Amino acid sequence: MSVANAPELVNGDAETSGSRRRPSGVPRRRRVGVVKYLGLTPFAIYVLLFLAVPTFIAIGTGFFDADGALTFDNVRALLDPVILGTFLSSFWVSAFTAIVGAVVGALVCYGLLDTRPDGALRSFVNSASSVLAQFGGVMLAFAFIATIGIQGLVTVILRERFGVDIFAEGVWLYQVPGLLLPYIYFQVPLMIITFMPALEGLKPQWAEAAATLGGTRLTYWTRIAGPVLAPSFFGSLLLLFANAFSSYATAAALISQGAQIVPLQIRAALISETVLGRSNMAGALALGMIIVMVVVMTAYSFLQARTARWQR
Amino acid sequence: MTDSTLAGPGATVEFIDVIKDFSGQRALSGVTLSVQPGEFVALLGPSGCGKTTALRALSGLEQVDGGSILIDGVDVVDVPVNKRDMGMVFQSYSLFPHMTTVENVEFGLRMRKVPATERRERATATLDLVGLGSLATRYAHQLSGGQQQRVALARALVTRPRVLLLDEPLSALDAKVRLQLRDEIRRIQTELGITTLFVTHDQEEALAVADRVAVMRDGNIEQIGTPEELYLSPVNPFVADFVGLSNRVAAENSGGIVTVLGTRLPLLGERQPDGPVTALIRPEDVELASDGIPGTVVASSFLGSMRRTQVRVSDDLVLSIQHEVGEHPEPGERVHLVLRGRPVSASPRV
Amino acid sequence: MSEVAVRIGAKPGRITSRAILGGIGLVFAIPIIAMIEFTFRAGLGGGYTLDHWTVLLDPEQNDKYAQLFTAVRNSLVLAVVTVAIVLLILLPTMILVHLQFPKLRRVLEFICIIPITVPAIVLVVGLAPVYGVVVRVFGSSVWTLALAYGITVLPYAYRSIQANISTVDMITLSEAARSLGAGWGNVMWRILLPNLRRGILAASLISVAVVLGEYTIASLLNRSNLQTALVQVSKSDPYVAVIFALLALGLVLLLLLLIGRVGSTKPGRRLS
Repeated sequence: MSVANAPELVNGDAETSGSRRRPSGVPRRRRVGVVKYLGLTPFAIYVLLFLAVPTFIAIGTGFFDADGALTFDNVRALLDPVILGTFLSSFWVSAFTAIVGAVVGALVCYGLLDTRPDGALRSFVNSASSVLAQFGGVMLAFAFIATIGIQGLVTVILRERFGVDIFAEGVWLYQVPGLLLPYIYFQVPLMIITFMPALEGLKPQWAEAAATLGGTRLTYWTRIAGPVLAPSFFGSLLLLFANAFSSYATAAALISQGAQIVPLQIRAALISETVLGRSNMAGALALGMIIVMVVVMTAYSFLQARTARWQR
Repeated sequence: MTDSTLAGPGATVEFIDVIKDFSGQRALSGVTLSVQPGEFVALLGPSGCGKTTALRALSGLEQVDGGSILIDGVDVVDVPVNKRDMGMVFQSYSLFPHMTTVENVEFGLRMRKVPATERRERATATLDLVGLGSLATRYAHQLSGGQQQRVALARALVTRPRVLLLDEPLSALDAKVRLQLRDEIRRIQTELGITTLFVTHDQEEALAVADRVAVMRDGNIEQIGTPEELYLSPVNPFVADFVGLSNRVAAENSGGIVTVLGTRLPLLGERQPDGPVTALIRPEDVELASDGIPGTVVASSFLGSMRRTQVRVSDDLVLSIQHEVGEHPEPGERVHLVLRGRPVSASPRV
Repeated sequence: MSEVAVRIGAKPGRITSRAILGGIGLVFAIPIIAMIEFTFRAGLGGGYTLDHWTVLLDPEQNDKYAQLFTAVRNSLVLAVVTVAIVLLILLPTMILVHLQFPKLRRVLEFICIIPITVPAIVLVVGLAPVYGVVVRVFGSSVWTLALAYGITVLPYAYRSIQANISTVDMITLSEAARSLGAGWGNVMWRILLPNLRRGILAASLISVAVVLGEYTIASLLNRSNLQTALVQVSKSDPYVAVIFALLALGLVLLLLLLIGRVGSTKPGRRLS
């Protein structure tokens, strides 16, 4: 406690009205900011009741049977070939649409690089992408029925103008393959939204430096832009996969009977009470889905962190 | 809002043994400081010395863990920030971006429920005081850095606060603007007579504007005094080194007489043990002469009003000297140096 | 400058750019066009008609579509309540955490991202029992569904508001306001919220968009909203279903265009 060259205290008398002096060195009792913590409770309670509790119930019911006894039957049923088959279907639909969506979406982002950042075109593409990515599954189903349904616009044109019958081998729109086109339709916009910031983050100085150092267009993209964009690209890819995997409404609207993919399997378990005789099957399926989602999203956030590092 | 706004400028401020801890780190270790009404005190020191913490404790933005802070003799420990009636200017980005300049300046008056016409008048008058009357309807992002800080100053002053607090207000500005603005701040402060605390890490700035400067280190005030006192009579080597430029030269201390480069000079400040020391010699205390310590000119810089020349006197010592512009040593020239008879600061050499 | 970028391959040329965007844009427009075309069809016999559109305006027919109109009303109510949840629960929490609990920022962000990992189809499995209780406490009015929707929109609303928060130095601004005499009420209302307008608006609009398009939870909890009604109606009158789908789509596009415009206005220029 050094005080060097301090001048005399002017108001030397401690009896100045209203002044309260504390003996030096005694730590004062801190008024605890309990009120601050109270401010967090509404959100905490809300999330607890409507996110945490339902999630635990969803996972938990898989471990109980209809009488409330603990059992692993439901979980074991996940390994049933039929159920495994639906997981597989979900996987390949999600993977396929994610890859196609990612590639096409990245291409659009590349095409957008030439437009002005605050221009009308980019703004429109952004908004349109937001809309299409949010395109509620039901409306999407309608759109595709209207396009490539049995009497769909494109179906009819192909049949009457080009003599091509796309449904010659059967009406696939209302089966799993019929999900591919609608899913791609919302995957591409989602890719645009998530990947565009990464492309915009490519500093023009890098391309210029590469050029002055003797690089070609190809080397710029394969050696510089490519590797820098890779974490973001694959991250977005994973996000697209997760998006398709967890998607329900489109499938529900197109495939009114049957349970060829996991979300539809959950629907079946919830609506009918005799899916393979196990009514808590929905819980087990939910558990299975969550495990897949957690793995995918963990990988995604790892890649996001990588991206953030390089974009600084 | 109380009538304290009409108490007028020029309150007394006292820190009495103020202690502040931040999760295990002691930021203020018993700071005691007394500021007279209308005085302009600079808190100077390296980063982490506690100068900003002390200022924020005074403003109420930080709670202290020990000691007291008195304004006009009243302990303000239980007075929340918004009732302390101080004007504060932050380092940057403190103007409200969604309001025009004049709306920003009016804000404090609005909080004090001053009626609209009077508010507008006073705000406009204060904007004129800082020379920005014509920019009343602009937004922050349309102003330069210097202009923004002037608005911040006007905003802090319009309520006629008891104390004015400035937290490194010039650090984010260009050099030229910094000089202009610092002189203006001083001029306005003198005119209005408001007790002012000014935090800075720039010693030149502190010396130029303040009535008294408090040099701080590690949560303590090392020395407080007028700029001349600090510069000419630093009480310890830290202050001597921090304030102004110094050459560090190996020397020997014996009973308060320091022998440096063959010259015997009295020791300044705290007593030091006999033995090897590092002496601090100001550039202006070394003169070019016709005879004395021999050396070779390394480089010479023209600084407008004076010259600063580097002279190598030995393999491991280059002295920085300051002299008239008329003397124009060339690199490679052989010169002689003489140390003026001023007392020198010294600290033990390990 | 950008000409340089094109030459060295960092950006596509004007032609490539237009080709890509035009081509893909066209492909994506097809389903929308198909929907529009569909609404004018006059049935299997061929030909076109305006009947499907005009019938909506015919008051006599309104009974037939009463269920649909109720569902539309339901969805609008749900949208309003969801936005209320976002503004009254999420927003204050985000501000509070940013100002007072910097260490909890990561936690809050994590929580708001969880709904992506726990999609609606999974959540709904656990919501059924919860809603059993909700119905007992609040009755079975339609707005209670918004309690679940508030969770669904968390990631989007959080992102919108956070994007705004990160551009505003809320701490310095609130300190400056406090030093000028403002109590916390004034700080929130006069200083913080006006600077968060963009984020608030964006969060609200995107919440509305999500709520209007939500089907999963509503259908599996046996409630009636716009989307479930569309499915219902499509079985008996596909034309009206598609018309409403188009209208909803148009509305959402409008909302999101608004977000885009709001996002690019700074204070000082006319806030339209």
